[in-house]
Amino acid sequence: MQIKNKQDFWAGVMFVVLGIGFALGATQYSMGTAARMGPGYFPFWLGICLAALGAIVSLGAMSSKATKTPMEKFDWQIVVVIIGSVTLCGVLLNWLGIYISIFLLVFLSSLASHEFSWKVAAATGFFLVLLVYGAFIKGLGLIFPLWPTFLTN
Amino acid sequence: MELLEHLSLGFSVAFTAENLAYCLLGCILGTLIGVLPGIGPVPTIAMLLPITYVLPPVAGLIMLAGIYYGAQYGGSTTAILVALPGETSAVVTVLDGHQMARNGRAGAALAIAALGSFFAGCVATILLAGFAPPLAEVAFKFGPAEYFSLMVLGLIGAVVLASGSLPKAICMILLGLLLGMVGTDVNSGVARYDFGIPELQDGIDFAVVAMGVFGFSEIMTNLELRDQRINITGKVGSLYPNKQEFKEAWAPCVRGTALGSALGILPGGGAVLSSFASYTLEKKISKTPERFGKGHPAGLAGPESANNAAAQTSFIPLLTLGIPGNAVTALMIGAMTIHNIQPGPQVMTSHPELFWGLIASMWIGNLMLIVLNLPLVGLWIKLLKVPYRILFPAILVFCTIGVYSLNYNVFDIWMTAAFGLIGYVWAKLKCEGAPLLLGLVLGPMMEENFRRALLLARGDYTTFVTRPLSLSLLILAAALVVLVTLPAVKKKREETFVEED
Repeated sequence: MQIKNKQDFWAGVMFVVLGIGFALGATQYSMGTAARMGPGYFPFWLGICLAALGAIVSLGAMSSKATKTPMEKFDWQIVVVIIGSVTLCGVLLNWLGIYISIFLLVFLSSLASHEFSWKVAAATGFFLVLLVYGAFIKGLGLIFPLWPTFLTN
Repeated sequence: MELLEHLSLGFSVAFTAENLAYCLLGCILGTLIGVLPGIGPVPTIAMLLPITYVLPPVAGLIMLAGIYYGAQYGGSTTAILVALPGETSAVVTVLDGHQMARNGRAGAALAIAALGSFFAGCVATILLAGFAPPLAEVAFKFGPAEYFSLMVLGLIGAVVLASGSLPKAICMILLGLLLGMVGTDVNSGVARYDFGIPELQDGIDFAVVAMGVFGFSEIMTNLELRDQRINITGKVGSLYPNKQEFKEAWAPCVRGTALGSALGILPGGGAVLSSFASYTLEKKISKTPERFGKGHPAGLAGPESANNAAAQTSFIPLLTLGIPGNAVTALMIGAMTIHNIQPGPQVMTSHPELFWGLIASMWIGNLMLIVLNLPLVGLWIKLLKVPYRILFPAILVFCTIGVYSLNYNVFDIWMTAAFGLIGYVWAKLKCEGAPLLLGLVLGPMMEENFRRALLLARGDYTTFVTRPLSLSLLILAAALVVLVTLPAVKKKREETFVEED
C-alpha cells in the first residue's frame, strides 16, 4: 500500500476525523426516534456519512490507479502573519480602539508581502484609517470603540 | 398581460431615486473591487455584504445584485486587460479576450464583452420574469419531503456541474451541513456544538465563513505566488468593434445567451460550465477553429454572454424555490434571511415589491454597467496598477470591519481568522469552499424539512420514495451522480474543464 495521492489522502483523513467528531458530539444530545427526532439525530447521521465518504476518499488515494499528487508546500510564515495580525486586531479593538488597531492590522499584515517596506506599509495604514473613518464611521454610521479605553475614561 | 403588470410594479419600485442610487452604488462598488486582480465575485459580495444589512430589504438586495454584476463585469475587464481571471468562469474570457487586447483591440474586446453581457442580461431578465411565477406555482405543491429531495438534488447538481473531485466536493457539502447544525436547535432549544461559547449559540454566520474561506485564504495563496506582476496593455484602442468583429461576434453572442440561460437554471456552477461549454461549442462549429485562442471575437462573445445569462437565470431557482445553486446565490439567501425574508415560492406573493423590484433592477443594473464601464475603462486600468502589497491589507481591513459590524462583537473577527486558517488548509488539500457554503446555508432548512417529513410520515423513511414528486427528484439526483462516474462522461467532463489549460 502506498499513498499516491497525498492531497486526497489527507483530505479524506480530515473528513473522517471531523465526521466522527461531529457524530460523537451528537451522541450528547437526545436522539429521539425517526418520527420525533431529537437534536442529535440529523447531525449524528450526517457525521457518519461524512466519515464514511472520507474513508472512501482516503482509500481511493491509496489505490494503484490514483494519480500521483504530492502535498503542496505550506507557507506558515505568511499564515502566521496574516491570521496573527487579524486575531490581534480582534484582541486590541475593544481596548485600543478602531484607529490604532486597524493601523496595526495593516502594518503587521504587510510584513507578509515579500516586498515589504515600512514606509509604504505606514502610508497604507494611515490611508486606510482615514478611509475607515470616512466610509464606515461617518458614511455608514457604524459604531466602534474609537480610542483607547484608558484615554477616554 | 399579467407579466407586464408585474414588470411595471417592479420598475416602479426600482425607479425610485433611492433604489436607483443603491443599484448604481452596488454596480460601482462591485466593479471597483471586481476589477482588482485575484478577487472574484464571491469574496467581493462577502466583503460588502455587511454594508447592505443597514439598508431596507429591497434596497439591500438590489444593491447586492448590483455588486454581483459589477464584480462580474469588473472580472472580465481584468481578464481581458491583464489575463488575470478573478474566478473560474473568467478563465475562458482570458483565452481570446486577452489575445485581442494584445493585438491592439483591447477596446473592442471590452466593448464586445460588455455588449454581449448586456444582451444576455436582457434576455435572461425576461426569462426570469416569465419563468419564475409558473415555477413558484409548482413549488407551492411541495411538502417537506419534496423540499428535502429538492435540496438533495440542488446540492448534488451543484457539485456535479462544477469542476474538481466529486467525492471530496460531496464531503465538503456534508461538512457544510454539519457546520450549519452549530447553534440553537429550533425544535428543542438545545444549543448544539457550542462548546459553552455563548456566541456560537446563534450559529456560525455564513458571512464569517465566506470571508475566511474565500477572502483570507485567497490572500494567503496569492501572497505565496509572489506577486507575478504583469504588464498591462496600456493602449485600449478604439472602443468600437469594427464591422468584421461585429459580424463575427453577434451569432456566438445569441448562441451563448441561449446556452447560458438553459444551464444557469440548473443548480450548480452554471456560470462556469456555460462559459466553458459555449467556448467549446463555438470552436466546434467555427469554420476557422485555428483562430481560437489567437483573438477570435467569437471566442470572447460566446462565453461572456453565456456566463452572464447563466448568472442571471441562476436567480430563478433562488427566487422561486429558495434553493441556491452556487456560492453567490447562497450569499443572497443568507442576506434575505438576515432581512427576515424566508426565501421560497411565497416571496413572490408576500413581498411582490421585493421580487419584481429585484428583477427590474437587474435589468437597470446591466444597463448602468454598460454606460458606466466603457467610459470609465481608463480608471479601471489605473486601479489594476495598484500593487498587491497595498491591496491585500485593504481587503483584510474591509473583511475585519465587515465581520465586526455583523454583531459588533470581536468574537466574529476571531472566527473569521480561524476559518481563514482552515480555508488555507482546504485550498492546499484542493477541497473547494463553494459546496461547503451551500451546505452551510441549506443545513438548517434541510434538517427542518427532513424532520417535518418524517414526522408527517410517522417515522417511515419510505415517504421520500413513495411520493412521486420526491421520488423523481431523488432519481434525478442519483442519475446525475451515476452519469458523471461513467468513464466516458468522466473523461468528457475533465476535458471540458481543462480545455486550453
